[in-house]
Amino acid sequence: MDITKKKRRIALGCEGSANKLGIGVILHEGDLTDPSTCTSTVLSNVRHTFVSPPGTGFLPKDTAHHHRAFFARIAKQALADAHLSISDIDCICYTRGPGMGAPLTSVAIAARTLALLWGGKPLVGVNHCVGHIEMGRAITGADHPVVLYVSGGNTQVIAYAEQRYRIFGETLDIAVGNCLDRFARALAISNDPAPGYNIEQLAKRGGRVLLDLPYAVKGMDCSFSGILTRAEELAAQMKQANGGGGGGKGPDGEPFTGADLCFSLQETVFAMLVEITERAMAHVGSGQVLIVGGVGCNERLQEMMGAMAADRGGSVYATDERFCIDNGIMIAHAGLLAYETGFQTPIEDSTCTQRFRTDEVFVKWRK
Amino acid sequence: MAATETQFPPPKVLTYPASAPPSLVTQGAEGRLYKTTHLVPDRPCALKYRPPKPYRHPILDARLTKTRLASEAKVLERCWREGVPVPAVYVMDPAAGWMMMEWIDGHPVRVGINEWLGERPEEEGETETETPKPADEEPLVDLMRRVGAAVGALHRTGVVHGDLTTSNMMLRPREDAGQANGSTTGVDGVVDDKAKAVGGDVVLIDFGLATQSMSDEDRAVDLYVLERAFASTHPRAERLFATLLESYGSTFKKAPSVLVKLEDVRMRGRKRSMLG
Repeated sequence: MDITKKKRRIALGCEGSANKLGIGVILHEGDLTDPSTCTSTVLSNVRHTFVSPPGTGFLPKDTAHHHRAFFARIAKQALADAHLSISDIDCICYTRGPGMGAPLTSVAIAARTLALLWGGKPLVGVNHCVGHIEMGRAITGADHPVVLYVSGGNTQVIAYAEQRYRIFGETLDIAVGNCLDRFARALAISNDPAPGYNIEQLAKRGGRVLLDLPYAVKGMDCSFSGILTRAEELAAQMKQANGGGGGGKGPDGEPFTGADLCFSLQETVFAMLVEITERAMAHVGSGQVLIVGGVGCNERLQEMMGAMAADRGGSVYATDERFCIDNGIMIAHAGLLAYETGFQTPIEDSTCTQRFRTDEVFVKWRK
Repeated sequence: MAATETQFPPPKVLTYPASAPPSLVTQGAEGRLYKTTHLVPDRPCALKYRPPKPYRHPILDARLTKTRLASEAKVLERCWREGVPVPAVYVMDPAAGWMMMEWIDGHPVRVGINEWLGERPEEEGETETETPKPADEEPLVDLMRRVGAAVGALHRTGVVHGDLTTSNMMLRPREDAGQANGSTTGVDGVVDDKAKAVGGDVVLIDFGLATQSMSDEDRAVDLYVLERAFASTHPRAERLFATLLESYGSTFKKAPSVLVKLEDVRMRGRKRSMLG
C-alpha cells in the first residue's frame, strides 16, 4: 500500500555510530496532506552502551564487536516493547553517517539483514545529525529553533533555511564531547554511565576557584583542543601535588582539586557554546534554542543556555537522556519523515560513511 | 528605538546628569551602542557597552569583556594612527565594559547603495529581473572604489576586520560638499538625493571581531566575508564587486597576492568536511 495513504505508519530505527547501540520503533499517525493532524508516538526505545574501563576510550574494533554481539537481543527487545509483529513495520531506518567506521558498518549490515529477513522491507539511510534535530523538535515542540548540536563527535550551531539544515558555526578541531571524554581519561573518571555525566556530578563539588583556561571563539566557530591540552596539564600538576611533589595551586594559592578542574572546564566550554549560539540567534533573528546531542543533557549547559535565552526574551528547549543521547528512535523518526516523502535507500546503495555533513541532506518534509 | 530604551539598564557612566539624554542606537549579540556626548554638549559620541552576560561565570565574564574591549581599542588606535578611516577612541573603561568613540555622521553604505538602486532591502520575492543599466552609474562605481580603498588601507596596517559587511561601513558626508549641515539622518535614515546617498567618505566601524594579521589567508577570508555579505544584501549590484576588488588590488604591495588567495578561498568555501 502507498505509504502516503496510510493512516498509521511505523518505522524501526537502528543507531550505532559511536558506543551506543540503539533500536527504537516509532509510530506516525494522521493524514500526511494535513500536517496539523500528524502525531508521533514512541513505541519502544532500547539502548545498550559499550563502556570502556576508566582512563581509556572506546576503540572502533571493540565497539563494533559490542554492536554485533548485542544487535539481535536489542532488536527483539524493541519489537517486544512495542507489542508489534514484523508485518506491522513499514520501513527499516539505519544511521548512514557520520560516525566511526566499524560500528557504523556493523549496524548497516544488521539493518540490511533485517530488511531482507523480514521479506524485503524498504531501507532508509539517515543522517545522524538530522536524526537528533528532528527528534528534538518532535519531543519539545520547538518549531523553528536555532539548534546547538553537541556530542562526542559533533559540535555545530544549525538553523533551518530553504530545505536544508544550514551550519552557521562549528568546531574547528575536536568536538566538545570529545574534549570532555578525553579530559575524563586524564583524571581516570569512570566512563559509566558516561564520562560527561560524571564530570557534571564532580563539578557540583567544585566552584571554589575558577582556573584559567583558554577561551577560543571565532565568530560563530570555536575550538577545544587548546583547552583540552591545558586541562590535561593542570590535571598532571594536580597529580604531582597529590604525590607530594608540590605545584598545582589555584588562583587563591591553595591546591585545587579534580572537582575544581571539572567545574572550570565546564564553565569555560559551555560559555563558548552559549556565546556562539547567541550570535547565531542574533544573526537569524530566532528566539528559540534547541539543544540536542549527548552533551545536551548536561543540566549546567541547559541552565546557562536558559539564562542567555531569557536575557534575549526567548526560550530554551532540551530533552533528557532518553532522547539526547544517541538512540534508535531518532533514526526511526527522521527516517520515517523522509520515507513519507518517497525517499528510500535501495539495498545496493545502503552504505555508510564516516563523513556526512548535516547540510548535505535535502529536507523535503519541511516547508 | 525609544521603546527599547527602558528595557535595559544603561551602564553606570550614562546615568549621570547630561544636557542631552543618551539614546540606544542598536542592540547586537555582543553589546549595545548608545549615542551621547563627550566633554562638551555639542560633541556627539558613540558609547559601546558590553553588558555582563548572566550565563557566564563572573570571573570569566570580566576577563573576556576586559580583554575584548582592550583589543578592540588597540586595533582602532592602530588604524587611526595609520590613517585608516575609523572612529577615534576618546576614552574607555575596560573593567566597566564601555568605550567612548567618535560619532560618525551619515548613514551605512548599505543604506546608500539601496537608496541608489531605489529598492527597499526588506522587500523579498522580487524576481531577479535584469534592471536596466542606469545611464550613468559612476557615483555608485566610485563608491565601490572608495570601499575597496578603505578595506585595502585597513589590511595594509595589518588588521583584519572579521565581520566586513556594508552595514559596518559608514558614509560620512564631506564638510566641503556644499551643504554645511550634511546628512544628519539616523543610522537607518532615508536619504533623498540619490547621488548624495552614495557620496561621502567611507568610515569602517564595529571592530568587535577584528584581529591583527598580515597573512594573505586571513585577508582573503575577510574579503570573502564581504563578498558573500554584499551578494546577499545587494544582489542587483553584485556585478560591481569586481570594481571593489580592482581598487583593493592597487592599495598596497601584497594586495594582488591576496586576490589570488581569494580565488582559493572561494573554491573551498568556508567549511570543509570534518570528523571530530
